[in-house]
Amino acid sequence: MTTWLILGASSAMARALARAVAERGDAVLLAGRDMGDLDALASDCAFRGAPRAEAVAFDARDPSGFDAILKRTTETDGILNVAVFVGSMPAQDAIDADAALIDGTITDSFTGPARLLTLLAPLIEERKGTVVGVGSVAGDRGRIGNYVYGAAKAGFHTYLSGLRNRLTRAGAHVVTVKPGFVDTAMTWGIEGMFLVAAPEAVARDILKAVEKRRDVIYTPFFWRYIMLVIRHIPERIFKKMSI
Amino acid sequence: MSDKSMTYRGWGRVLEATSDVARPERAKALAADMAEAPAPALGGLRSYGDACLNDGGRAVLMTRMDRLVDLDEESGVLRVEGGARIGDLARLLAPRGWLPPVMPGTGFATVGGAIAMDVHGKNHHNAGSFGQFVESIRLITPKGEKTTRPDTLKELFSATIGGLGQTGIVAEASIRLKRAKGDVMMVTERRVADWDEHLALLDGSDATYTVGWIDATATGASLGRGILEEAETGAGLVPPAKRGRRVPFDAPAFALSSPVVRLFNAAYWRRVPARGRTVVKPIEDFFFPLDKLHDWNRLYGKSGFHQFQCVVPLAAADTLREMLERIARCGMASPLAVLKRMGPGRGGLMSFPMEGYTLAVDLHAAHRPAKLVAELEAQVAEAGGRIYLAKDSLAAPEAVHAMYPERRKWAGIVAKHDPEGAMVTDLVRRLDLRRRG
Repeated sequence: MTTWLILGASSAMARALARAVAERGDAVLLAGRDMGDLDALASDCAFRGAPRAEAVAFDARDPSGFDAILKRTTETDGILNVAVFVGSMPAQDAIDADAALIDGTITDSFTGPARLLTLLAPLIEERKGTVVGVGSVAGDRGRIGNYVYGAAKAGFHTYLSGLRNRLTRAGAHVVTVKPGFVDTAMTWGIEGMFLVAAPEAVARDILKAVEKRRDVIYTPFFWRYIMLVIRHIPERIFKKMSI
Repeated sequence: MSDKSMTYRGWGRVLEATSDVARPERAKALAADMAEAPAPALGGLRSYGDACLNDGGRAVLMTRMDRLVDLDEESGVLRVEGGARIGDLARLLAPRGWLPPVMPGTGFATVGGAIAMDVHGKNHHNAGSFGQFVESIRLITPKGEKTTRPDTLKELFSATIGGLGQTGIVAEASIRLKRAKGDVMMVTERRVADWDEHLALLDGSDATYTVGWIDATATGASLGRGILEEAETGAGLVPPAKRGRRVPFDAPAFALSSPVVRLFNAAYWRRVPARGRTVVKPIEDFFFPLDKLHDWNRLYGKSGFHQFQCVVPLAAADTLREMLERIARCGMASPLAVLKRMGPGRGGLMSFPMEGYTLAVDLHAAHRPAKLVAELEAQVAEAGGRIYLAKDSLAAPEAVHAMYPERRKWAGIVAKHDPEGAMVTDLVRRLDLRRRG
């Protein structure tokens, strides 16, 4: 049997992934802060075919709860996969007004999940699992609109790259996922969104990448090319652009 | 919570609205949205006219509140969030031996919408309407959260079933499911030569699911010809339903012009052999035949279409025949016309169903059917019948008020729970449904 520990399971992308793996017959541990919501999702996943579906309390900013998650995860059997969907994106102007917001953003999007993944790493190695780390195209280059969030995601990308280097030696694996615009509560109502992907489509891409043991994917795929162009704009020009 | 400015249309694509739309993904967000500024719910946007529109106002899109919270396998009671789609429930429940008790013609309708419209299905003659299977509703009213059941907050319950969303948003509902023998349908189809035979067969049918497809372009001796479908759930092997296709653009006007429709209908009728046949179909293919063609409403082109659906008492069958004649003569009808016998079952004060015959016909908006519909409505009123508000986009207030005798009582109850009129939709405004007195 395969068990998925899903961090930040209340998000739309995580929900889509949880449902998809439940319908395949995998067990799910749904971690996040809104326990009422996670309980509802757990029932939904059980209904769809998950042999085991439970809610687990997880707050990226509160590492004191991490040992409990480790313990719950250790109690499962078979392959262990971990998917990380946590992150927060305050508006850049809110951060400019209150620099203290930076700490929370970095903790939610990078150091919190990285700390928990480091605790879980030996278990993932032993159980030959796959880590799905959801980053963002925002982490590929610092842009005027959201560079603190981008910096946190860039840090997370680098962490995932190193973790992949480590886990691969034990036969485990890490997939870095860089979504473009996805139709979630985070992007709902934000102006200037285009080519917005459905969370279900992102979940399908993720599962395909896990199966094929891909290292880094963009989803939808064309973001690879959009970001290729954006990464190659010379800094001299880029610094004057507002994209 | 951030809202998104969205322009959207009813399924008939004639009426349009622009609203600030919130889309909560969890119960807390829904509660916060409703506390901030109460607004009517949007579901699958499958109402044809303006029942799902709130132009210039706010709305709460419920499609992400779609989880199956609990199934009691003993009693067959399912607790589910209001935005869950009926088609998804059918797909997930059938392999476990259960089905939604009542299914409308599209699986894209949501549980909340099915309650607000008190929808009926192909089993209405023996099962009744959707609302009659609702055991409890967790309702977010403009004055806070309430749980209502047939015996708890009785008045609120009867104003919520079929209540056009005016009492609040259905956050969660518990629904008594029906047993299914398996996840396929055994469907018997037979040709029906004319009107009298059609009614006789509908009257005599003892199948669980019965519906008549009617060729609304046939006139003279063939008036009322069609195909009668009778079905039961069953177990068996059948290829899974194929993945749907999408209508990629608005079709040109001639696509559903009357000669094309006439040809199509004649061919569709002959498709079933003269001696009839029994086929095994996936559940979705029987209940939601059009859902596989995504955005099929675009076949009517830019101008869109109206659906006229009415029910008249059994004794007024002749009036219905006259109405069908009128529709057939004018040449506006589409391939999609349905005739069905309804039982007396209805769940709420504003529910559509009554014992009698119901006729539903699509009318291309390019033909300007307003005058025809007004005449048909007058006939319905005369016969003591009523029109279905989930489909309507053309009716006038007085006619509709006369068709729904409990409307005044309903408006009184609604006023208690939504005194400010926050839940009013374009339909309710157009038909002045909440008028006291």
